[in-house]
Amino acid sequence: MTWLVPLLVLVPLLGAAIALGLLRHQELQRAITVAVLAVAVALAATLMVLVDQHGTIVVQVGGWEAPYGISLVVDRLSALLLTVSASVLLLVLLFSIGQGLAADDEDAPVTIFYPTYLVLAAGVLDAFLAGDLFNLYVAFEMLLVASYVLITLGGSEQRVRAGTTYIVTSLIASAIFLAAIGLVYGATGTVNIAQISQRVAELPEHVQLLLHTMLLIGFGIKAAVFPLAFWLPDSYPTAPAPVTAVFAGLLTKVGIYAIIRLETIIFPGPQLNDVLLVVAVLTMVVGVLGAVSQTDVKRLLSFTLISHIGFMVMGIGLGTVAGTAAAVFYTVHHIVVQTTLFLVSGVMERIGGTTSSRSLGGLLKAAPLLAALYLVPAFNLGGIPPFSGFIGKLGLFRAAAEDGSPLAWVTVAAGVLTSLLTLYALMRVWDAAFWRPKPAAEAAAPHVTTAEPHAHLRSPEPAPLTVSEETGEAYHPGGSTTVTDAPHASSASRPATGSTATAGEAPEPARLPRMLVAVTTVAVLGSVALTVVAGPLYGYATRAAESLESPDRYVQAVLGGAR
Amino acid sequence: MTITLVLVIAMAVLFSCGVYLLLERSLTRMLLGFLLLGNSINLLLLIMSGAAGRPPIGKTAEGITDPLPQAFALTAIVITFAVSAFLLALIHRSWKLSRADEVEVDEADAAIGRSRSADHDDDPEADFDPKSPEDADDPHDGAPQPTEEASR
Repeated sequence: MTWLVPLLVLVPLLGAAIALGLLRHQELQRAITVAVLAVAVALAATLMVLVDQHGTIVVQVGGWEAPYGISLVVDRLSALLLTVSASVLLLVLLFSIGQGLAADDEDAPVTIFYPTYLVLAAGVLDAFLAGDLFNLYVAFEMLLVASYVLITLGGSEQRVRAGTTYIVTSLIASAIFLAAIGLVYGATGTVNIAQISQRVAELPEHVQLLLHTMLLIGFGIKAAVFPLAFWLPDSYPTAPAPVTAVFAGLLTKVGIYAIIRLETIIFPGPQLNDVLLVVAVLTMVVGVLGAVSQTDVKRLLSFTLISHIGFMVMGIGLGTVAGTAAAVFYTVHHIVVQTTLFLVSGVMERIGGTTSSRSLGGLLKAAPLLAALYLVPAFNLGGIPPFSGFIGKLGLFRAAAEDGSPLAWVTVAAGVLTSLLTLYALMRVWDAAFWRPKPAAEAAAPHVTTAEPHAHLRSPEPAPLTVSEETGEAYHPGGSTTVTDAPHASSASRPATGSTATAGEAPEPARLPRMLVAVTTVAVLGSVALTVVAGPLYGYATRAAESLESPDRYVQAVLGGAR
Repeated sequence: MTITLVLVIAMAVLFSCGVYLLLERSLTRMLLGFLLLGNSINLLLLIMSGAAGRPPIGKTAEGITDPLPQAFALTAIVITFAVSAFLLALIHRSWKLSRADEVEVDEADAAIGRSRSADHDDDPEADFDPKSPEDADDPHDGAPQPTEEASR
């Protein structure tokens, strides 16, 4: 079944090429993109089952034997993340179709969205498969270049500004990574992860430390851990909602995945474990304090994203099987939940016209279903008991307690504090956006600036729609989503006029964009399902961690008997 | 492994110039910095293959240069090329939009800084981190920075 593995990268790339060729046929483009990602989900799920039954699958590309050729390796960790990522990619794609990112948007270069998205998918999936450092670098570049295009989609002033921060930071991260690869090659004479793992122990201590730190910094920028995370809340929120969702869910986790590989296979020793724990504490606390001080929902979520990266780093830093298992479980949980929250914020933006928690309000009455969709993942991220966030955090804290060192207990304290503050920050949004009545227009006016580009991009023709707004009635009873959304979008694009206030006093027509809500509901159900399957999933994560913590198995699988 | 000192010095100079230019706010200088940095890393890859030898094509394998770093450098050059094309497009777009090729201040972040000092009434955190609008100019000096001390 090894021929399945390269298909995970080839199918999205071929799909991207075909979609690019069909620039003028958007329906076809869309169908191809959905089909390709559905195939990727099926492939990844098959691999996940196969790997769990038969052990690590290794493909030597082109038939070149391991240390010389390029190896693609699927172990349990890879297979799990492949499946989750492919599913999330598919879900977010459906969301973006529902949002009409391509169809209604006249300013954005619509036709390149789908091909670029597929290249991003290929990059993410390739990163999880890579069996040598240079292939990992190429995968990173593939997903980064696609993400550069996606984050500046439409090329509005705001996005260009935000995109510049993101792009320059990523360029520096890539440069550090590539330089580190050069040095690793100079020191060990190989870039094959398994072979590096064998040879690295023979290097002098200080050389090991240098290589380890350089790789960690390169991956740390991508994973957005504390001192290297300031680019993230600056650049993510301005992108279109589905793009932010997929970035938040996957791109940082690719960095986390690379750190897991680095800490378990390449440098299995406890060399930098204490540093990682300190970084974890700082990431958690600094991130969540940033979240508490934000008023814009998307920015707030970006900060919670950073702070929860700290939990995964904590699990990795413990360096035990229990710690790594909890980190793997938490990664899966966080991919799903963070993506879901960003999708919900996308729907909120659609309905409320903005994501600033100061000018949102009254959404509970306007859209009770949306309120539920927000509350469930919010509780989940905060770690309220029945949800997977609680299970992941409990696993991490137990692993830390087993470790028992003072530093481990400090991380536990920081983790508890972070969970509480996360809950506080998310509940403040709940209070402002859902619970209270809609605020008057003058309160909204100065803060809408952040959301304006999106609103402007989504509402090509606000003029005829004002009529329906002034009469205060929901026209077009059986209307399509575009028509019913339009009043809100138009009110956001002209925030200074009195129309927002008029809309606020009359109860909002509670018509939700159906496709968006359907997709978001699926995402929320998926995050709840993580609780239902938590037992088997945690078992899977533990088995993955066991094979990670004994790098010999990985080495044996890749290099075979020839050592 | 013998390494030519000249190459190492050239690599270091290129690297430091590249980093210096990348730290500038002007996008064009950033692009130049990125190109220098990319070239210096390609040089680093080549240095890491050891002393120069015979070309890696021929009948005997004796004394040939290690071809793998050359393959790395080639791939890296292609990637650098693609990214610089994208950066040029970005600079062009930025120039068309604002007639400036500088990275601008993060408005939302600055707004949070301003709102702290402006309205104390409706914001429960108003006294948490009072900030003057001048302070809020630097996007990286915004909300998260003061908390760094708090966490220690």
